[in-house]
Amino acid sequence: MVQGADITFENVARRFGRRWAVAGVSFAVKAGEGVALTGHNGSGKSTLLRCLATALKVHHGRILVDGQPLWDNRHTLRPRICMLSHAGALYDDLSGEENLRVWARLGGHTGDLPALLDRVGLAGRKEPVRTYSAGMRRRLALARLILHQPGVVLLDEPYTALDAKGRALVTEVATALRAEGATVFMATHLMDYARHVCDRRIELLDGEMVSDGEVPR
Amino acid sequence: MIRQLGGILYKELLTELRQPARVSGIFFFGLTLVLLVGIAAPSTRAFEQFAAATLWLGLTLASTRSLDQSYAVELEHGALEGLVLWPVDPRAIFYGKAIATTLMLFCVCIGLTPFLLAMADASVEGSIPMFLAFLVLGCAGLAAPGTLFGLIAGQARGSSVLLPLLLIPLLVPMLLAGARGTMLIMQGGPGAEMEAPGWLQLLVLFNVLHWSLGGVFFSVVLESD
Repeated sequence: MVQGADITFENVARRFGRRWAVAGVSFAVKAGEGVALTGHNGSGKSTLLRCLATALKVHHGRILVDGQPLWDNRHTLRPRICMLSHAGALYDDLSGEENLRVWARLGGHTGDLPALLDRVGLAGRKEPVRTYSAGMRRRLALARLILHQPGVVLLDEPYTALDAKGRALVTEVATALRAEGATVFMATHLMDYARHVCDRRIELLDGEMVSDGEVPR
Repeated sequence: MIRQLGGILYKELLTELRQPARVSGIFFFGLTLVLLVGIAAPSTRAFEQFAAATLWLGLTLASTRSLDQSYAVELEHGALEGLVLWPVDPRAIFYGKAIATTLMLFCVCIGLTPFLLAMADASVEGSIPMFLAFLVLGCAGLAAPGTLFGLIAGQARGSSVLLPLLLIPLLVPMLLAGARGTMLIMQGGPGAEMEAPGWLQLLVLFNVLHWSLGGVFFSVVLESD
């Protein structure tokens, strides 16, 4: 089991230059809940996730994780949070297994790495990641997320660049993590896929929250 | 932190093994500089006087390019941010990268030394352990500030121009001590016995300062928004 977390956004705002990418967003999420963040490009979905990942500091308001201010306690809370981002955090010159071995060593994670690669459909690929397609890179980044087993899962456009099998895999992994107790946030435009993982949908428009409700079944 | 430092060192060395362009780039840059200065020198005797300076200058210039590439790898696919969020202790990142760079530069030094001695028609007349100490401390003295300023430059635009501008003025004491000390050891005699330990002490001091402060400031720069 993983330890999910109650997350509270209190009037969270973040700007880039003079433009507010997220402008005063407030909502609360219970541990184990699955939340889809939707909205057009540039609506603030990724920024909100990056603030929750502590990759960005909020400029106004605060985020609480189990009642603790996130930024002030980021060093102790970071091990519980993992983000599947566009970048993937991969080393191009290393193979898929070598990438996972590096991340496993750094995090002190133990796991059957070949089995993990097999799960994401990359078994037996010895070539460097630089030769991987965008979809394969996404699968490897997903393996990194599984290795981490976080309590708070942040998925930023997780279905991008993936084929039908890959998309099903993302859904399967996210659903499994939720079933184990993780709190899942997913920024996506693809509600047909997200509805299998999330039961709540928050819509953003120009950095502001415009709706908060259940995902229609 | 020690486990994570080992993990970063493992990653740096494995990356280097898979893509040895960084080490070979520094080696061939240094070799080219040694050959060019050797050819341009009016005589072998004259070249002997500044052979050690040529070695350290070559390493300094090449290492700025190499450190720039090292951070380009980290920043290209968000790996550095991934390390911070995994989370990896920033001190482990700093010391892991700095130790890897020191090892790499030392290997290049060892590879260049025979060419340098051959071009200068010289040999190491003084103490070999002290000569090696100058090489190790000189390489460490390049690596620690280079790792810190590589991060600062990497996060800014035009990093390839910015890094040498930030780093080289800071390295003057290390260049001075490294070049003078190495030259004295190569020449041997009473000069080496009397003056070289002083230059070695300066190198030790330079390293203590940069290896301790680097660990602190690296964390600040890495978390800066």
